[in-house]
Amino acid sequence: MTRFGTAVVVLAAIAAIVAPFFLKPYGIFLISTWAVLTIAAIGLNLTLGYAGQISLAQGAFVGIGAYTVALLTPLGVPFFLAFLAAGLLCFAVGWGLGYPALRVQHHYLAFVTLAFTTLVFLVLRNEQWLTNGIYGITGTPRPSILGWSTSGARDFYFFCLGILALLSLATWWMLRSPWGRAFVALRENPLRALSLGLDTRRYTLMAFAIGSSLGGLSGALYAPLVQFIEPNSFALGLSFNLLLMVIVGGAGNFFGPFVGALVAVLLPEWLRITQGYYLILYAAAIMVMMAFCPSGLLGLAERAIKSLNGRRAGATAAVRAEGAGP
Amino acid sequence: MASFIQLLVSGLATGAIYALIAVGFTLLWQTSQTINFAQGEFVMLPAFFVLAAMNAGAPFWLACLIGIALSIVILGVLFKLIIVDPMLKYGVLPLVISTIALSLFLKESAKDFYSSQAQPFPTLVPATDIHIFDAVISTQSLAVLAVAILTVVALNILLTKTRLGRQMQATAQNPTLARILGIPVQRMVLYTFLLNAVLVAIASILVSPIYLAKFTNGETLGMAAFIAAIIGGFNQVRGAILGGLILGVLDNLSAAYISSQYRGAFPLIILIAVILFRPQGLLGRVEERTV
Repeated sequence: MTRFGTAVVVLAAIAAIVAPFFLKPYGIFLISTWAVLTIAAIGLNLTLGYAGQISLAQGAFVGIGAYTVALLTPLGVPFFLAFLAAGLLCFAVGWGLGYPALRVQHHYLAFVTLAFTTLVFLVLRNEQWLTNGIYGITGTPRPSILGWSTSGARDFYFFCLGILALLSLATWWMLRSPWGRAFVALRENPLRALSLGLDTRRYTLMAFAIGSSLGGLSGALYAPLVQFIEPNSFALGLSFNLLLMVIVGGAGNFFGPFVGALVAVLLPEWLRITQGYYLILYAAAIMVMMAFCPSGLLGLAERAIKSLNGRRAGATAAVRAEGAGP
Repeated sequence: MASFIQLLVSGLATGAIYALIAVGFTLLWQTSQTINFAQGEFVMLPAFFVLAAMNAGAPFWLACLIGIALSIVILGVLFKLIIVDPMLKYGVLPLVISTIALSLFLKESAKDFYSSQAQPFPTLVPATDIHIFDAVISTQSLAVLAVAILTVVALNILLTKTRLGRQMQATAQNPTLARILGIPVQRMVLYTFLLNAVLVAIASILVSPIYLAKFTNGETLGMAAFIAAIIGGFNQVRGAILGGLILGVLDNLSAAYISSQYRGAFPLIILIAVILFRPQGLLGRVEERTV
C-alpha cells in the first residue's frame, strides 16, 4: 500500500472511533449498521471480488447467523459460543451449497444462491415452532465482556467496530498468506492459476464458504443490534443490497466493502428528500457506474489519483525536457 | 381424478407462460451471453403499458398491440443499446450486475409511476367454465394454453423454417463462423432482443389476468424462468419449453398434494436436483466449462 493509502486508512479509522461522540442515538445506530453490514460485505467480496462468483445468498447467511444467535442465547448459551456457532454453521451450509453449484458452469452459483435465499426465507417464515414465523424474535441480549456491558448504543457500536477490525485483520492476513494468495490468483487470472496446478474449483468453493461464514458472523451481530428479527429482513432484498454494496465500493478491492456499505447506509438518509424515488436513482446510478467504471468508487478514485499523478509526472518530464534543451 | 385433470390443465397453462419467458431468456443467453436478471420485470412491465394505453382510451386489443410495440422499443431496442452494448466489453459479470440494478429500477418505476396496488387486468376470453367429464376447466386456462402454444409454434417455424431464423440460429451457435458466411451477426443479435421483447409482452398479457398486474410480479416469474431454463437445458429452446411446462405442472400438483406452505420451495428443490444429477439440463448439450 502507498503511504497515501495508509494515511487515508488511519484517518478513516480515527473517524470511525470518534464519530459516535458527535452523533445522536439514531446516527450511532446507523454507523453500527454500517459496521455489521461491512462484515457481510467483506465476506461477499471474497466470493465476488476474488473468486468471481455472484452469490445472491449473503442476505440468507446473515439471516441464518442472526437466527442462530437469537435462538441460542435464550437457552443460556454464552454470546461468544453462539457467535462462533453462527460462523461455523454458515461455513458448513455454504460449503454444502457451493459444492454442487460450482461443479458446473460458472453462472450457476447465482441461480442456486437465488433459490437458496428464497428457500431460507420460506423456512424462517413457515417453521413457526422454531422461528416464531412472521412475528419474529425480539430482545436478543447484547453481550458483556469481562464486566463491560455493551447494552448501551455507543458501547455496542464499539463492540461491533472491534469485531469488524478483528475480522478485517484476519481477512487481510488470510489474503497475504501463501494460501490466501490463491484467492488473488483466482481474481487476476483464473486460467493461469489453473495451469499452475492450483485447484481453482476447490479455492473458489473455499472462498464462497469463508465468505458465507462472514455473512453468518455479521448476522450474529445484527440480531443484538436491531433487537428484532423477522424473515422479511433476510429476503432477497438484503442479498441484492449486499451485492450492490460490494460492487459500488469496488469488487476485488480490500477496502471496497467498507466504502460500499457506507454509501448503502448513508445514501438513503441523505436522499430522503427524494422520497420514494431513492431506489430508482440508486439503481440508475449503478447502471451508469457499471457502464463507465465497473471497478466501483474505489476504482474511480484510483483512476483519478493515477491521472493526477500522470499529469504531474508529465509536467515534470516536460520541464526536464525543456531544461535539457538548448 | 377430476381435480387432478383440473390441476394438470391449469398447471400446463402456467407452465406455458413460464416456457415463453424461459425461451426468451435462453435466446438472449445464446446469442449475446446476456444473463438477464431483469427478465421477470420484463414480464411485469408490459401489462402496465397495456393498462396505461387503456386508461388513455384504447380498446383492449389495440392496447395489447401498443403494449407489445412499446415493449419492443423499450425492452428490446433500448435495453440492447443502453444496457447491453456498452457493457459487453467488460464480460459477463458487470452485465449481470447491471441487469440486477435494472430489475430494481423497473420494479420501483412501476411502483412509483403507476401504482403500488395490484391492478385488475382484462381477460382474453370471458371467464366461464367448461365441463369435461367431471373436471371443471376454465376457458381462461384453455385460452392461455392456446395462445402460448400458437406463439411457440410460430417461433419454431420462424427459427427453423425461415432464412432469417436459420441465420439467427447460426449466430447463436457460432458467431464467428456466421460472420464468415456473411450473416449480419449484429443485426441478428438485435432481432433476438426484439423477439425476447415480444415473448415477454405476450407472457405479460397472458399472466396478468391471473396474477393481477403488480410491480412485484417479476420476482416469482423471473425465478420460474431461470429454473425452467436450467431444468430444460440452458442452451436449448426446446429445453426451455419442456422445463417451463414441467415446472408449471409440478408447482400446481405439489401445492395441492404435498404442501401449499412450501409451494415456492418445490421448484427450488427440483432445480438443485437437476444441477446435481444432470447439470446440462434434461435436453441440454454439455458445455465446456470455462474455468
